[in-house]
Amino acid sequence: MFRLEVRTSTPAWFNLALPLLAIGATLVLCSGLIALAGAGVLEAYGVMFTASLGDSYAITETMVRAAPMIFTGLAVAVAFRAKFWNIGAEGQLLAGAVASCFVGAIPMPGPLAMVLMAMAGAAAGAAVALVPATLRVKFKVDDVVSSLLLNSVIYYALMALIEGPWKDSFSGYPISPPIEDSANFPVLLEGTRLHLGVVVALLTAPLIWFLIVRTTLGFRIRVTGENPEAARYGGINVERVLISTALLSGTLAGLAGVGEVGGVHFQVMSDISPGYGYSGIVVAMLARLNPLGVVPAAIFLAAVMTGAEAMSRATGVPAFLSDVIQGTALLAMLVALLFTAYRIRRVGAAR
Amino acid sequence: MSLPAPLIEMRGITKHFGAVKANEAVDLSVAPGEILGLLGENGAGKTTLMNVLFGAYAPDAGEILIQGQKVRITSSADALAAGIGMVHQHFHLAPRLTVLENLLIGIPGKTGRIDRAGGLARLAEIGRQHGLTLDPDLPVSALSVGEQQRLEIVKALFRGARLLILDEPTAVLAPSEVDGLFSALRSMAAQGLGIIFISHKLNEVRALTHRCTVLRHGRVAGRVDDPANTTSSEMATLMCGHEIVPPARGPSTPGADVLTLDGISTSKHSGTPLRDVSLAVRTGEILGIAGVSGNGQRALAEVISGTRVPDAGQMTIAGQKVSRFSPREVQALGLGRIPEDRMTTGLVTNLPLADSMVLPRIGTTAFSSKGLLKPDAIRAFAEAQIKAYDIRCPGPMTRAGALSGGNLQKALLARELAFDPKVLIVSQPTRGLDIGAARFIHEKFLAMRAKGCGIVVIGEDLEELLVLCDRIAVMYEGRIVGTLDSADATIARLGLMMTGAEGHS
Repeated sequence: MFRLEVRTSTPAWFNLALPLLAIGATLVLCSGLIALAGAGVLEAYGVMFTASLGDSYAITETMVRAAPMIFTGLAVAVAFRAKFWNIGAEGQLLAGAVASCFVGAIPMPGPLAMVLMAMAGAAAGAAVALVPATLRVKFKVDDVVSSLLLNSVIYYALMALIEGPWKDSFSGYPISPPIEDSANFPVLLEGTRLHLGVVVALLTAPLIWFLIVRTTLGFRIRVTGENPEAARYGGINVERVLISTALLSGTLAGLAGVGEVGGVHFQVMSDISPGYGYSGIVVAMLARLNPLGVVPAAIFLAAVMTGAEAMSRATGVPAFLSDVIQGTALLAMLVALLFTAYRIRRVGAAR
Repeated sequence: MSLPAPLIEMRGITKHFGAVKANEAVDLSVAPGEILGLLGENGAGKTTLMNVLFGAYAPDAGEILIQGQKVRITSSADALAAGIGMVHQHFHLAPRLTVLENLLIGIPGKTGRIDRAGGLARLAEIGRQHGLTLDPDLPVSALSVGEQQRLEIVKALFRGARLLILDEPTAVLAPSEVDGLFSALRSMAAQGLGIIFISHKLNEVRALTHRCTVLRHGRVAGRVDDPANTTSSEMATLMCGHEIVPPARGPSTPGADVLTLDGISTSKHSGTPLRDVSLAVRTGEILGIAGVSGNGQRALAEVISGTRVPDAGQMTIAGQKVSRFSPREVQALGLGRIPEDRMTTGLVTNLPLADSMVLPRIGTTAFSSKGLLKPDAIRAFAEAQIKAYDIRCPGPMTRAGALSGGNLQKALLARELAFDPKVLIVSQPTRGLDIGAARFIHEKFLAMRAKGCGIVVIGEDLEELLVLCDRIAVMYEGRIVGTLDSADATIARLGLMMTGAEGHS
């Protein structure tokens, strides 16, 4: 028989071991589904790996997918540190995409366009995140619910735009007009889609780490999240910290949308995000809310997404497996987090 | 020997948490009808030992015998089945259920139905036997703290406990309730129950117990066979390993007013509001605020600490008028603050101790500049205070929540005193602390007083206030009803004023 016993301290290596444990458990659990679909488990995972990380082109594709999830993962990690439960990264991403696309469609010199796109997208994301944060601070409205429901509001507003006044008159499809060619983010490697935004995403992670660990704002975010009462007693304006956190979180999620518009799609369509905002939650949890951990966690999920399509073509296992892996990884990580607070002890080993 | 065979015996219990030896080869036994006192400073291993007995921890070594039979207890269900009942410091009751429903939780009735009639009968019988009467149909949320504790005891008896463990049961009780508890415990012992009574209060231990086991640093430091005829200081010496002398408060040399409140009133908050409170604290004196809990002390502490803005009235710190009543403002004017509730208001238990120690001053140049933290300065500050105050912990990066109450209180004291406050406000400074830690805290207050600091101590322990304070003001229903020089104050006189009678000084 086994039982849980309260832990008095958590070893540092758990930060690395727990996500790996969760990922391992996920792959084992999902292998049953692969077998059920009639494919060889090792073969399927092998195809996934080769297609996502097997050669340099595959790696660039995975990185292009990882970039938005690095941003949304950081957005969620920052928010969750303050216990601002931002489930709205998806909506903030979409708002960022729309705003940056508007700006990018205005003719102006390329570099200026890119900077203004980023600023517009960041501001739009931040504005959206401000809604649930303000509702919580002013009226004690549950931020999980309000930020989550706001995603649908933004999504259907976007649909209304591209089906209506913003519909691309040239193609006639429900997509927005493209941004100016000069506003397209430069590609870093000839023949790939590896764009400037990916590098910006990779550089943002250590920047956010620095902010959380080394600045007074980061200190206030951490303290407010862990114990708002002690924070208030210690002279921290808890409401202001929550609002600042929301603005920062929304900015990051908005930038995810900017990258998709400027570096990948060059316009806005209804499926511009395959749920990158929600994946950000998985990324942040796998990273244990550590901004540096967000990068490998995002790359892992991106590899699963990229690999799943190739696996589907090669083995006939539906590509939806990628969603199952994501969901299972989140659940496995939540279970694994139990081990930070408890240890398992075997009882009944009498001497 | 005419002693009956022990009801319960723990032999060689050892439990380590990492490098910490919480229990090391501890032996303990309780005979039927015996009340055993379990003494020890915070962190001596009392709670761990009882958690082992109650099945919350598996011991690394050692065995438990019940009436000579070796048993293995791996869960609270095992413990209950073995006849062990425990009354924790924090009650485990369902507040929205009634007394009777709480009693019947987890007790299977015949064919899955709840045996209400049987429960009522048992409850009445236990009430009659030991004077533990309770209204079965009242919801727990309507019970006083003392009644909730009574329900916990009845719950244990209801389940057929033959050994009852009480963890600091008197900490939450008023003096009159303590008497009732003691007579119930004596009545249970007279019927052959074994009782383990955990307490810091040596006079209670001497009044109640038949025998004591004293723990120190996880080991048995000694046993007392005749507590009634052993002095408190002898027991304290066993607990601490050295003699404890109460601190001597020399004559005070008060100077100018350093903290004044003039006509402060509050409203619109839970708890008793303040009504026209005026008081003054001078440099180099300690002012006590006495009163029955809930007479406005919390609001007073909040206003002085800068966490509540009063509706009316003025406050000055070191001659400067307080305008915003914010923590940062009062701190900047030279006020040091130690909150009543260490764990929820004082510290951030999940973050490193160092973070809690710099929290109120994180925005000052000592620990940050231009929005960037100074990690080296933070660490150095925490390390220096840990050393200066002998805070027992592996280091500044330890989770604050892993420290014992006494060490947490030292940390809170250190974080304020390091900045040489002109005035200090503290609430319940030694609640839940053992003698050694309380003594240390008192010494620090007296040292600050000698340096010219003005100190306000809000407390419920009148003996402590009389030892510590130069003057004592009494609060009743949100007002100050009178102030006495402690030379003129007695417990009886203060007690009278605490019921609202005017003080005549």
